[in-house]
Amino acid sequence: MSEITREDVQHLAGLARIALTDDEVTSLTSELSAIVDAIATVSEIAGPDVPATSHPVPLSNVMRADEVGETLSAEQVFAGAPSHDGERFRVSAILGEEQ
Amino acid sequence: MTADITRLAGHELAALLVSGEVSSVEATQAHLDRIAEVDGDVHAFLHVNEAALEQARAIDERRAAGEELHELAGAPVAIKDVLCTVGMPSTAGSRILEGWIPPYDATVVARLKQAGLVALGKTNMDEFAMGSSTEHSAYGPTRNPWDLERIPGGSGGGSAAAVAAFEAPFALGSDTGGSIRQPAAVTGTVGMKPTYGGVSRYGAIALASSLDQVGPVTRTVLDSALIHDVIGGHDPLDSTSLEREWPSFAAAAREGASRGDLAGLRVGVVKELDSEGIAADVQARFQETVRVLTDAGAEVVEVSCPSFAYSVAAYYLILPAEASSNLARFDSVRFGLRVEQAGQTVEDVMAATREAGFGAEVKRRIILGTYALSAGYYDAYYGSAQKVRTLIQRDFDAAFEQADILISPAAPTTAFKLGEKLDDPLAMYVNDITTIPANLAGIPGMGLPMGLGDDGLPVGLQLLAPMFEDERLYRAGAAIEALLAERWGGILTTKAPALTGREQDGAGR
Repeated sequence: MSEITREDVQHLAGLARIALTDDEVTSLTSELSAIVDAIATVSEIAGPDVPATSHPVPLSNVMRADEVGETLSAEQVFAGAPSHDGERFRVSAILGEEQ
Repeated sequence: MTADITRLAGHELAALLVSGEVSSVEATQAHLDRIAEVDGDVHAFLHVNEAALEQARAIDERRAAGEELHELAGAPVAIKDVLCTVGMPSTAGSRILEGWIPPYDATVVARLKQAGLVALGKTNMDEFAMGSSTEHSAYGPTRNPWDLERIPGGSGGGSAAAVAAFEAPFALGSDTGGSIRQPAAVTGTVGMKPTYGGVSRYGAIALASSLDQVGPVTRTVLDSALIHDVIGGHDPLDSTSLEREWPSFAAAAREGASRGDLAGLRVGVVKELDSEGIAADVQARFQETVRVLTDAGAEVVEVSCPSFAYSVAAYYLILPAEASSNLARFDSVRFGLRVEQAGQTVEDVMAATREAGFGAEVKRRIILGTYALSAGYYDAYYGSAQKVRTLIQRDFDAAFEQADILISPAAPTTAFKLGEKLDDPLAMYVNDITTIPANLAGIPGMGLPMGLGDDGLPVGLQLLAPMFEDERLYRAGAAIEALLAERWGGILTTKAPALTGREQDGAGR
């Protein structure tokens, strides 16, 4: 059984920027342990001599001509924004008081 | 005429549009009426396009003016909500994108518009395509038109249910681990996952970028081929899009259907996908189908793909890893939901927004992916999963030396009941065993009906071909479809029980 603790889940949730509730931490702790046990089996056949595949069709250095194309207007971009001033996205303070 | 329009195959309807016997307004109205009639029960659609009739009228006017239009112009199509559509909300089944209207069309949507197809609306899906039952949609599940107490498959249960319930002749789906093929299997419809890179992903809200592929969802193989011909081909806006010339898939499907036999076709039965975990009735239909292929002249051989046993494990490492990175874009800044209180920092707002906006399965997979990519675990998990991917590709390479196409059941069981696997994520995950290997290897795969199970629900066949050989699937798929329809006296969806609608007596249910 993989040792995934509540603290691990809380740490991962912090990295992933999700404010989990206590109940969610509890259920995820037990679910993740079971899931990780199942998926950890990949190491059984992944020997050192097997190369990794990150992408099904090998492609490299996909380039395009550097030409001015049609782009979205500011109005189009801000149409879906939660908050903006017409030129910029508006967000809360970046730093908290203790920082 | 109106009453019958929705029962026509897509290509049959398109022919009537071309000949002028049916107008696009009539075709569109008939499907909108059908949606109004049955979608309260089925819930295939998250949004119905209010501009559909206006767009249909514009096509009719252009056709009346003598303009040379595409052979599918004026035909209605349903769009999976994972695809960006100007003028229609695009939520990917998530609260975090509720009401979001994209400023651009996905390339596949733009190509359908260019060809003159009329979008009926957006179809339901598991949130961010994470699921196999459409129960993980933030907007409630879609129900299987064959039995409203059962799942329509997932993640593209909305598109499959829409075509199975005659709410649309054509639909688009996306397939990351089977989200087109498995819903096709459990709804008695046809779905195609193209070769990776064969269809543009631009404007498809990303789940796992190295696995995702957009494709057609229809009731017949030819209809899928017609849509594939429209949406496929190189797109400079997608750097993983392949620069190559593709043959006409519709021509391949027509040839396959008219040939009447499968002489010379070498068909490989994948041993590992034909026994363990496959329900008895699915196995029985599969064996019968193998006999049909043999009788039609195909040479059937057994092939072995030993690494497939590890494909689910590898998939559920690679997918969460890529998803945890892709879904970082939902940060409450540029689009979608924002949950904020006075005095919070942007980081607090981000965390509160993602807590409120993501459902349980999405959180589970983001946390899992974050774990798999953590320092100290990366090599053992993500690194090993990428090696399994290589081994699966090698298995396919060896199998395709013995066979032109491979076949297996498309899903291990018929449609399970709503709620049956909702509390057991692992049980839901292993359900994807038949479809996942194709995504890991990037090869094309097709799901099509092969009969009914003991419970009277559809059973699906999966066809697989080597990379770039999508044409083979359309040729063989259309031939198999024709052979089976001959035995059944029509394609499988014509056998579906009638849905209880306002204008029907429901005697079939």
